[in-house]
Amino acid sequence: MGHKTFERGVHPSYYKELTAGRPIEPAALPKTVTIPLQQHLGAPCEALVKKGEVVQEGQMIGDVKAFISAPVHASISGKIKDIEMAQHPGGFRCLSVIIEGDGSAKEWGPQNGVADLASLSPEAIREAVKDAGIVGMGGAAFPTSVKLSPPKGKAIDAVILNGCECEPFLTADHRMMLEEPDKVVWGLRAIMRSVGAPSGVIGIEENKPDAVSALGRAVAGSSDIKIIVLEAKYPQGAEKMLIKAALGRKVPVGKLPFDVGVIVSNVGTAIAVYEALNWGKPLIDRVVTISGNGVKEPRNLRVRVGTSFEDVLALCGGLIDCQEVEVLNGGPMMGVSQPTLNVPVVKGTSGITVIAADAGKTFQYEPCIRCASCVEACPMGLMPYRLGDYGKAYRTADFKGWDGLTCIECGCCSYVCPSKRPLLQWIRLGKLKLRQEAQNGHGETK
Amino acid sequence: MDQKTVENNNQLKEAPIEAPAKAAARLVVSPSPHFLNDESIPKIMHTVVLALFPAVAASVYFFGWRALLLITVCVTACLATEYAFQRIRNKPIKIYDGSAIITGMLLALTLPPGFPVYGAVLGSLFAIGVGKQLFGGLGFNIFNPALLGRAFLMATYPVLTTTWVEPRTVQKAVDAVTAATPLALAKFEGKVDFNWMDMFLGNTSGSLGETSAIAIIIGGLYLRYKGYINWKLPLGYLGTIAAFSSIFWLSDPVKYPSPLFHLLAGGAMLGAWFMVTDMVTSPTTSMGQWIFVICAGMLAVVIRLFGGLPEGVMYSILFMNAFVPLLNKHTRPRVFGAGERG
Repeated sequence: MGHKTFERGVHPSYYKELTAGRPIEPAALPKTVTIPLQQHLGAPCEALVKKGEVVQEGQMIGDVKAFISAPVHASISGKIKDIEMAQHPGGFRCLSVIIEGDGSAKEWGPQNGVADLASLSPEAIREAVKDAGIVGMGGAAFPTSVKLSPPKGKAIDAVILNGCECEPFLTADHRMMLEEPDKVVWGLRAIMRSVGAPSGVIGIEENKPDAVSALGRAVAGSSDIKIIVLEAKYPQGAEKMLIKAALGRKVPVGKLPFDVGVIVSNVGTAIAVYEALNWGKPLIDRVVTISGNGVKEPRNLRVRVGTSFEDVLALCGGLIDCQEVEVLNGGPMMGVSQPTLNVPVVKGTSGITVIAADAGKTFQYEPCIRCASCVEACPMGLMPYRLGDYGKAYRTADFKGWDGLTCIECGCCSYVCPSKRPLLQWIRLGKLKLRQEAQNGHGETK
Repeated sequence: MDQKTVENNNQLKEAPIEAPAKAAARLVVSPSPHFLNDESIPKIMHTVVLALFPAVAASVYFFGWRALLLITVCVTACLATEYAFQRIRNKPIKIYDGSAIITGMLLALTLPPGFPVYGAVLGSLFAIGVGKQLFGGLGFNIFNPALLGRAFLMATYPVLTTTWVEPRTVQKAVDAVTAATPLALAKFEGKVDFNWMDMFLGNTSGSLGETSAIAIIIGGLYLRYKGYINWKLPLGYLGTIAAFSSIFWLSDPVKYPSPLFHLLAGGAMLGAWFMVTDMVTSPTTSMGQWIFVICAGMLAVVIRLFGGLPEGVMYSILFMNAFVPLLNKHTRPRVFGAGERG
């Protein structure tokens, strides 16, 4: 207690001990990879390669001329087997490039030592980040190059690095901060330089004291970067919550962090920026935590983008024997359940959580007893039980009037509900319905 | 569904779900969050039942086995009514969720020790039947069912509901002796000085479970410890009663009883810890909760001092229950980032 935080939120069990003590290990080279052409928010890429073509590891294979987008690269060397629609771990299908590997792996490392930041222009950093296909690695996968290009007139005075990792089970960010603190700090300074921000902040939850001290040593003696210890509370790592906790600034409704002079990036993204600028390495692999009570050997692995969940889980001893299991892209609070294990790890896959459920798990819910738990948990200050009812009943005018669109879908409301009402799901329904009405042009019915 | 979603769904349907041979487990797909806490309605309700046990024990101690009889009758009648209604309405039978037990216990604890059994049955019938099930069952009732049952009995049997006996710790005789409650003494005889220790422990005449402040507070603190009640509600209600009544007391201590009297007498404690805090019938927003308890507290004092009845707790809470939907609607919490400058 006593650490900086935001209002409301919940305290789920974290289960971080399953993997927090396990160093990051490189995953075995996959035989084939499936690389979706959309791994980011924004315009999907177009394939730059054709079936049968030979590609090298790190070669750009998809790009599009759109501002909000990020190119994709081959994560292994080999031959393009096919370009086809495939299941994406985000829960949809999209065009993906399938590469059959030739078994060789490229050694990435420093080309000419660590670059001197002062010699790099902000534009050069932005270009390199864009070319490397870097996106936010906390899960939302927003193109980092876009974040580094704030609109004119918006002065950025602080860059916040998100090391909260408030999702239960996940420890990838924790291990990266612990094992590569210098890369994190260098990457943060590069981001600061590209947006002209004089100060940087690294926000870490109190339950990672070793990461706090590792980063503390890495920034020792410099005054431009501050490390802020935050209360371990979900969703501490949500962008708006983090800005409020670390700097005391509230992003106004409908506005972006730019508007309060801040940009937020994940610690993993900072490492990717370091590797792109110093090693010339595009974003072709990432650290993934594989954990949960349904996997035999929970681990932190450095996995190539495009490796199938099935291959990754096999490296962790496979699934335990049980009747029903839920495999999530991400953590248990916001992760997406997978209908098949034949989905690839993408740039935004921070973890694979496997939850073994008892057979015959049902989703019955009881009437709302107005206990106000959801109101007391909602970090956005909404009334989820009301929004749930409006969303469920397609009462879109009420849904909008009660600020349903500001919901960040953290799931605190569903988590605390004693009646087990799927509040967040109903709120999503309300948002979807509103979007449809807007598209069909009869949204403004009284 | 928009076109894209429909398309995606169709593709999902067509795509074979490849449960791999290696993993025999079936893949479950559900919306996030995939973690839920372990709270449930039965867990909450049974905790409240447990928290009422000190008050039950005190009622048996002070008023004898008759207290236990009335409590058992009320609980049984409430459960039977709940069962009958759910059966008739073709709804799932949920009498084990504990909510009807609470209603039965609370109703019994507000009855005078000498209350007839048939009256207790009728009260239970009304509490659950009209107070809860006619509104649609748990979660849909506007008024606290136990208080509604008590109000029904008050209107139906005005004499029986205001005939009190001395606690047996005072009276050694087998037959109970009728005695006025401290509230009635204050109201009709102008008495302002009482034995505070007796009132705190519960050694006065009064309703079964209302006399012992200490027993109720123990139960209430247990509920607070379990996290099922918000400090605002009981303390706001009691605080308002104390503050508002001290205005009168300070103006004329001979005519008006002290705030301490108001806190310890009648149903103030039971109401504050177990009825104001009823989840279904109290507001969900912070501001709404403040308005609810402050208005109810002032009402209780006004009825006690200036109304026709010696006790005002029941009506104060019932009256404010009616405003809860309105309060929930007009006291929305501030949305994160609303009114901030960009």
